[in-house]
Amino acid sequence: MSQISALIEEQIPRLRRYARALTGDSSRADDLVQDTLERAWGKLNLWRQGSDIRAWMFSIMHNLFINQIRQNPSAHVFVPLADEALEIPVRATQSDGLEMHDLMSAIHHLPHEFREVVLLVGLEQLRYEEVAQVLGVPIGTVMSRLSRGREKLRALMAGNASPALRRVK
Amino acid sequence: MNHETQSIQENELHAYVDGQLDAALQDEVSAYLAAHPDTAARVQTYRQQNEMLHALFDPIASEPIPLSMHPAARRRTFMPLLRYAAVAAWMVMGGAVGWMLHDSADNAQPAYLASLPQQAAIAHVVYTPEVLHPVEVGADQEAHLVKWLSKRLDAKVRAPQLASVGYQLVGGRLLPGTDGPAAQFMYQDAQGQRLTLYVRAHIQDHHETAFRFEQEGKVGVFYWVDGPLGYAMTGELSKPELLRVANTVYHQLNP
Repeated sequence: MSQISALIEEQIPRLRRYARALTGDSSRADDLVQDTLERAWGKLNLWRQGSDIRAWMFSIMHNLFINQIRQNPSAHVFVPLADEALEIPVRATQSDGLEMHDLMSAIHHLPHEFREVVLLVGLEQLRYEEVAQVLGVPIGTVMSRLSRGREKLRALMAGNASPALRRVK
Repeated sequence: MNHETQSIQENELHAYVDGQLDAALQDEVSAYLAAHPDTAARVQTYRQQNEMLHALFDPIASEPIPLSMHPAARRRTFMPLLRYAAVAAWMVMGGAVGWMLHDSADNAQPAYLASLPQQAAIAHVVYTPEVLHPVEVGADQEAHLVKWLSKRLDAKVRAPQLASVGYQLVGGRLLPGTDGPAAQFMYQDAQGQRLTLYVRAHIQDHHETAFRFEQEGKVGVFYWVDGPLGYAMTGELSKPELLRVANTVYHQLNP
């Protein structure tokens, strides 16, 4: 029991990171993590010992997230930037806070199907097969969402960046 | 299959970016990109996207984990003693992580929040050495103290009980803050070591922040914003010890 507990615990920092990126809101993200943990404990008998617990927990989170969207689509269509989103500590090496701000806003303009894939691959560094497993879609779908998601992100960032670049002090 | 220069697939470009490409194809893609600068620029952008995602969100993975997420906080599993040990270990870990985060957290801090630990530390060093008048209203009049400070700060202020971590309330006082009145509660342990909890009303509409830490000389400050109030737990303790107290305060104010 305590081994499993340690295994689950190990996943929390990543689940929080992903949830924050996914929802853009720290309290909603932590609620999502909390629900994921409770669901994982409740369904522990469904987890096959020895299989990848991280992918399993990410898929629980995915299902909860999708349910939330179904229940309250308007809350997820466009997520306005909360103040606290701007407060996320940015590494000292990344001096361009403006660009970070653009990325944050661009991510939340991505449809959630694309956002999930871009984040699971780019941020969580899951293998494509794992992403397919987490989302319950064929790997071909993962690849096409990844490709389109990254292109959309690029376009959004490019669109956001140009007026900012003109604002020379 | 000859990939040469024309038949690199879109999927392979992404796999190249994500380090998921078969080693055998690595060189072919590199060669292709060398010959196709437009595609190379696109690949570079995708790579930057990944890097920026990490820069933006990795700090969250290093934040102290909310206690409520710890398995020990679940109602049924652990025996009380084990639970206590697990939670204590958890807090120590949180302290270590918080310490590592300290430098990076400063960049993005709004000015009104930045003044909180300084003000708290100053109030701490001014009043804790006081022998005769450490507080304006003593713990014997706690109800009056809390009512008075709540009225002056125009928010529901409470004096947490810290007996579980070895500290008794000495009393409190009203202080001038940058944006209006502030309150200070003072605590003391059996050895006479004093801690202060500085409370300030927050005019900015700010719901909640994670714990942050500042070291002001010998004085450590854990501070956070919760609803209308900003809190700063201040003392000359080691960081994990102070975090333990700050966590106790936080969880008492958020039962």
